[in-house]
Amino acid sequence: MGRAMAKSDTRPKSFQEIILRLQNYWATQGCAMLQPYDMEVGAGTFHPATTLRSLGPQPWAAAYVQPSRRPTDGRYGENPNRLQHYYQYQVLIKPSPPDLQDLYLGSLQAIGIDMDLHDIRFVEDDWESPTLGAWGLGWEVWCDGMEVSQFTYFQQVGGHDCHPVSGELTYGIERLAMYILGVDHVMDMPFNDPGAPIPLSYGDVFKQTEEEYARWNFDVANTDVLLKQFEEAEAECKAILDQAPVDPKTGKRIVMAHPAYDQCIKASHLFNLLDARGVISVTERQAYIGRVRALAKLCADAFVQTRAGGWTDGNAA
Amino acid sequence: MPDLLIELFSEEIPARMQKRAADDLKKLVTDGLVEAGLTYAGAHALSTPRRLTLAIEGLLDKSPDTREERKGPKVGAPDKAIEGFLRGAGLTRDQLEERETPKGPVYFALIEKKGRPAAEIVAEVLEATIRNFPWPKSMRWGAGSLRWVRPLHSILCLLSDEAGASIVPVDIDGIKAGDTTEGHRFMAPGRFAVTGFADYEAKLKAAKVILSPEERADHIWAEAQNAAFAQGLEIVEDKGLLAEVAGLVEWPVVLIGDIDDEFIPLPPEVLQSSMREHQKFFSVKNPKSDLIEKFVTVANRETADHGATILAGNQKVLSARLADAKFFWENDLRIAETGGQAWLGSLSNVTFHNKLGTQGERIERIAQLARAIAPLVDADTDLTEQAARWAKADLSSEMVYEFPELQGLMGKYYATSAGYSAQVADAALDHYSPLGPTDDVPSAPVSVAVALADKLDILTGFWAIDEKPTGSKDPFALRRAALGVIRLILNNDLRLSLVKLFDAQVLRHEIALNENGSVRQALLRDLDNEIAKHGVFGAAIRTVLDHFDGTLSKHLEKVKDILPDIAHDLLDFFHDRLKVHLRDKGVRHDVIDACLAMPGNDDLTLLVKRAEALGAFLATDDGENLLLGVKRAANILAQAEQKDGVEYSYGADVKFADAAEEKALFAALDVAEAAIKPAIEAEDFAAAMAALAALRAPIDAFFEAVQINTDNQIVRRNRLNLLARIRVISAGVADLSRIEG
Repeated sequence: MGRAMAKSDTRPKSFQEIILRLQNYWATQGCAMLQPYDMEVGAGTFHPATTLRSLGPQPWAAAYVQPSRRPTDGRYGENPNRLQHYYQYQVLIKPSPPDLQDLYLGSLQAIGIDMDLHDIRFVEDDWESPTLGAWGLGWEVWCDGMEVSQFTYFQQVGGHDCHPVSGELTYGIERLAMYILGVDHVMDMPFNDPGAPIPLSYGDVFKQTEEEYARWNFDVANTDVLLKQFEEAEAECKAILDQAPVDPKTGKRIVMAHPAYDQCIKASHLFNLLDARGVISVTERQAYIGRVRALAKLCADAFVQTRAGGWTDGNAA
Repeated sequence: MPDLLIELFSEEIPARMQKRAADDLKKLVTDGLVEAGLTYAGAHALSTPRRLTLAIEGLLDKSPDTREERKGPKVGAPDKAIEGFLRGAGLTRDQLEERETPKGPVYFALIEKKGRPAAEIVAEVLEATIRNFPWPKSMRWGAGSLRWVRPLHSILCLLSDEAGASIVPVDIDGIKAGDTTEGHRFMAPGRFAVTGFADYEAKLKAAKVILSPEERADHIWAEAQNAAFAQGLEIVEDKGLLAEVAGLVEWPVVLIGDIDDEFIPLPPEVLQSSMREHQKFFSVKNPKSDLIEKFVTVANRETADHGATILAGNQKVLSARLADAKFFWENDLRIAETGGQAWLGSLSNVTFHNKLGTQGERIERIAQLARAIAPLVDADTDLTEQAARWAKADLSSEMVYEFPELQGLMGKYYATSAGYSAQVADAALDHYSPLGPTDDVPSAPVSVAVALADKLDILTGFWAIDEKPTGSKDPFALRRAALGVIRLILNNDLRLSLVKLFDAQVLRHEIALNENGSVRQALLRDLDNEIAKHGVFGAAIRTVLDHFDGTLSKHLEKVKDILPDIAHDLLDFFHDRLKVHLRDKGVRHDVIDACLAMPGNDDLTLLVKRAEALGAFLATDDGENLLLGVKRAANILAQAEQKDGVEYSYGADVKFADAAEEKALFAALDVAEAAIKPAIEAEDFAAAMAALAALRAPIDAFFEAVQINTDNQIVRRNRLNLLARIRVISAGVADLSRIEG
């Protein structure tokens, strides 16, 4: 992968321009530009393009925006920095290239951070996802004292050692954009070009939904229904993976790792909703996390039995 | 003799690991070199966020030749034996030498090893060091299998002498050693070659890297002080933070920034915590007002705008954080001003431990125990209960949720807003103390009572559910809690029976563990009334059990049987901790054992007083000799008792005494007995020991002059009974049989 440290003379004008520049930058670096996963997730890591694709021997390079939901962080759109729905920009490259730090710094430059004026630091921050049974070592990246990204070398996912190792970059786009655009409250941030015929702020797009979801997440969501859905997703995930590898209809070997993983994602999000509703006690919390982790592990076990996960005929990975 | 320079250049090494890693690099490499015969004159290790460096001076250029002679089997020994010997020596048969010995001709082997060049040895040692490096956490990267703390990018390994420098050929998973390194990531990118340590250090400095962590720390500290001093302010010292920050930068640039006026009224600890934990900022204090007014941040570079952009960014991040803190503080104050009942209520929904119930239940138990302790420590009972009920309130506050390290401190601030007295406010902070063995011990009575109740509740709770510390596992820091209790008691000279307190609290736990809600509350209330009335726990529990006849579970009836075991076991645990504590203070363990065997050993102040007096006594000549005499008496008695099958314990009569020394001992024992008993009752152990010491001469004289065993059985029995008096009298002071030597 080439080194692209080209200076962009113009500063971005809007939230979306920062996203577009990231897309453009990582496309230039050769990543496949994927689209957001079409399910509710808590972070970009949950996208199967990261979780599952970080497993097995096949090389991989992908980048995408992932809308993410964290019900407990809802503040009715009033807190300048906290949202229950926000965007992450996610890059995953396997094996991690030797110049990944430089590539990352190039991306900061691409979105308008002048490397000559700012203080960029890599500060120890080891990443662990108890729900995914995953961990890695890396840093949080600071720009002038503000955390702008997570930088992680995946070591284990779903209980499997990662080999080769993937390098993962996660940008919290709202926070990064607010810093670059000099905005103090997220809702005041220009979403599109302020000079556009119809200029829209982040608040124009999301203030109302933040209110609606905060009310629903905290006070209205039917916990009996959520609990039931959690159980169903858990059961369905296991049922899918209990199927024989060979499809009796087509006679083909089809291990359904992805459909099962969808159920795992669902269970994880349902747990987050239940957590926001305050119906999960401290001790139960661990038990729920353990249940989601068990699903993630089953899905990882299944994925390495698929072609994308390194399975070849007569030779399980 | 050549010098060796090694640099392991990687992506950013966590600050907290750098010093240890540099030390490990030095140890592993120098040990390996010496092992292989390469000695050296000096070595020092250095680190920056991106590199570990080792410089070794005056290394041998090759390992010395060695010559070893080995004696082998006899000539004519079986082939198998000879072959084995040849394998071990690495020789062939024609290289062996036959020598005559008194036992006949024997094979000898002469093993000569040529010295090896330094480069060869260094390469081996470095490879082994890198592959086995003891990082606390390490990782793989890319498609390789090498482990390092973060991806390892390059190795510099150079042997240099007057003639020049040469690269040591090392290749580890494709990373070939060279003579180049990199400077500052942003200020001086690109690689350059070096010829030796001095050149390396100088070129790095030119490339904006200060190699020595101490130099970076000194630089930061000096610059920060200057910056503060210039504005009439001072830096709040923080050595841990200084070391950490020195590990985050290669080219430290100190910047001093403002804290927005609206945040300055926040408690200084809140400002400090927020700045230190999240931003790694130093706090800058106005010595006149004692308020934190500014901050110092350390950037990793110089910029054309002299850090203006960096400072503005940092200031903005800090403001956002402090806005959060201020928001929490104001929300909390609103609740505190209404008395904080909302916090206490919500603690009833917070699980403390799945078997030991909620924080609310724990507070209730602590409050009850604290009431019982209050009179023992001269604290006002009602005030103590108030303090116990308030002490954990801040755990529900938003500030403590965000900054857990401020627990207790926020309780103190909020207590004042909630209208509590200063004693209650202080107890909120002080009841967690002492945390470590050198932490200050509270002395204010209310704080002492709550601190004791807090710790005793957690200890008795985990004993009641049988989750005691084992080996290195002590997740709830119960050893620390017990040491805290010990120090609270000893430092404040408190006189209390631990077992009584254990019993009462274990019972509260057992009731909570086994009874349903309504019975539980009534039981607890009754129990407390009964304990208050009887003062004695055994009577109290019997009364309570009678009172609730028929409504109690079988389990609770059993409780009164198991209670003594739990309390006894917990007391043993305390005694072990006490021994460790006193050993650190120089008290002998056998002296403590001699005192532990005495009654009242759950009164730690009494126990220690006795141990100190005994220790001092044994250090004197009289003490040492008396101990011999007492032991001699005990041994003679034990032998006679075993032989005769009786216990000599009574009835020595002076009228059967004939020798003057025997009569004198009778008289001396009378005197000692008369003096020791009241002295022990008055807890004047020094006086008791002095009275015991007076027995030394008569006992010595007695053994000198008198033969115990005579044909006259009446006289013999009388003498044995006399020895028994020595045993009884000395046992009233301490169990001297436990003293070693």
